[in-house]
Amino acid sequence: MEEIQAKLLGNSKKGRLEKLGKTVSFICIAIIVFVVVSILYFVTSKGLSTFFTDGVSFWGFLTGSVWSPGNVGENGQPLVGALPMITGSFLVTLLSAVLATPFAIGAAIFMTEISPSTGKKVLQPVVELLVGIPSVVYGFIGLTVVVPVVRSVFGGTGFGILSSTFVLFVMILPTVTSMAVDALNSVPRYYREASLAMGATRWQTIYKVVLRSAMPGLLTAVVFGMARAFGEALAVQMVIGNAALMPTSLVTPASTLTSILTMSMGNTVMGTLENNVLWSLALILMIMALFFNILTRWIGKKGAMK
Amino acid sequence: MSAKKWDKFAVGVLYALSIFIVLILFSLLAFILIRGLPQISWEFLTQPAKSFQVGGGIGIQLFNSFYLLFLTMLISTPLALGAAIYLSEYAKQNWLTDIIRTAIEVLSSLPSVVVGLFGFLIFVIQFDFGFSILSGALALTIFNLPLLTRTIEDSLQAIPGVQREAGLALGLSRWETVTRIILPAAIPGILTGMILAAGRIFGEAAALIYTAGQSAPALDFANWNPQSITSPLNIMRPAETLAVHIWKINSEGVMPDGAQVSAGASAVLVLAVLLFNVVARYLGKKLQKKATSA
Repeated sequence: MEEIQAKLLGNSKKGRLEKLGKTVSFICIAIIVFVVVSILYFVTSKGLSTFFTDGVSFWGFLTGSVWSPGNVGENGQPLVGALPMITGSFLVTLLSAVLATPFAIGAAIFMTEISPSTGKKVLQPVVELLVGIPSVVYGFIGLTVVVPVVRSVFGGTGFGILSSTFVLFVMILPTVTSMAVDALNSVPRYYREASLAMGATRWQTIYKVVLRSAMPGLLTAVVFGMARAFGEALAVQMVIGNAALMPTSLVTPASTLTSILTMSMGNTVMGTLENNVLWSLALILMIMALFFNILTRWIGKKGAMK
Repeated sequence: MSAKKWDKFAVGVLYALSIFIVLILFSLLAFILIRGLPQISWEFLTQPAKSFQVGGGIGIQLFNSFYLLFLTMLISTPLALGAAIYLSEYAKQNWLTDIIRTAIEVLSSLPSVVVGLFGFLIFVIQFDFGFSILSGALALTIFNLPLLTRTIEDSLQAIPGVQREAGLALGLSRWETVTRIILPAAIPGILTGMILAAGRIFGEAAALIYTAGQSAPALDFANWNPQSITSPLNIMRPAETLAVHIWKINSEGVMPDGAQVSAGASAVLVLAVLLFNVVARYLGKKLQKKATSA
């Protein structure tokens, strides 16, 4: 009797399997969330130790323009001004986005509005291949082609913000293009038909109807490209020259947050000030990545309300 | 200018922009292949690298890249699969799922150098794995998880809901429906996603320079004892990959024929990534055909 009762009231074999499966898949997702939380925690705590353990002033770190960790300035504070790297990172990001946006959106319009068949057969594979090329290869080509060209055309050493901009331009172009294509494709077909039926030319339809209704998506695409440019490390590091100085022109050696990080992390000892300030740079990188993330969400929300 | 002339002009500009992009790709590929292909020989692909002399190869780096790729996929595939199954089949629309999705999105937006530094801090220093294949594979797993999870989830979602209902109506549990019906049907999409992820991992360097290290100790390919330091299978040895090698040659400049070696290595890297792309497309189509018997 009790055996039957236990059988009826307890979980069946299938029920147990179901529970096991659900638990296992939940553990997998929990691991990922745990990793994300620990990245955020460790980078933040390491990055903040510059200010709390070593007593560097937060404002001095953000606005100081002399980067020479290990040396102490006249006011007794270590020389760890991150402004040159912050400026460098923002400059290359903005310039490459400004350069890439017209090309990317132009190509996306071509692929969706002008000639979808050529777009699918030629441009789509081209964009996918460009995404696939590893960043060190972009860096190598930048070093052997872009830097000498910039040197002979604009003078200087060729290393600097201009070369990085060109390299990043090619690197973010495919990302922005493919996202812009998605944005344009999501504009309903009847918008175009209505506009054409009213006698608008193709360009008028594109410019006044399609582009405007796809605006949130296009903005998201550009922000994604900027996030990629901001976080790119090795390709930029290879062509920017890595001088931690305030950039005075586009063709003198400069540096970005990522380039100084990759250059110096191996030469410092854990726990020292020299090492902690590098983690502060990593913290800025992480905060900017989060900022870009929030920005795309915000744009998405704004766009969806219409 | 009249509206019609504007139209013609704008279309002309769009053509020019698109042609420019195609030209960029072709000149990139032409440059890499023309410079790189002449360097590639059996010797180049199998010999170890030399730092201060001419004539080094990329044998060890090439092996390291593939080994690291294999280990990374070995760790990340089950995790991503489980996570994707949870998100696609079990997750309810509530605050917990929102947090999970946000976390994955945040992870995918982190620059790979930050992931690499985290790997350096945790695996190399805290866990004391040192610069090793294991540290590298774990860092690459973190780098790979969000994208792989999303592609697997997309391929699971692409299976029509009636298949799930059919499974449940036959008295299968939800887990059985997923493993016996949905997963097999989603295999083409999952495989394509895995191969594309493999291409990304193969070319990644920023996450590796401080985890798998920047040196490639000599290997003895006859030694298959995973405990031994010269064994290719040892996961605790430092392992510079092909992508890291290219970066290192170009930023150190101690190799006399550095430009040639990096050209050859770049060509190998690009060809490998191209191969991954082509295989992914072909396999995806072929399996799709077989699965749907179309």
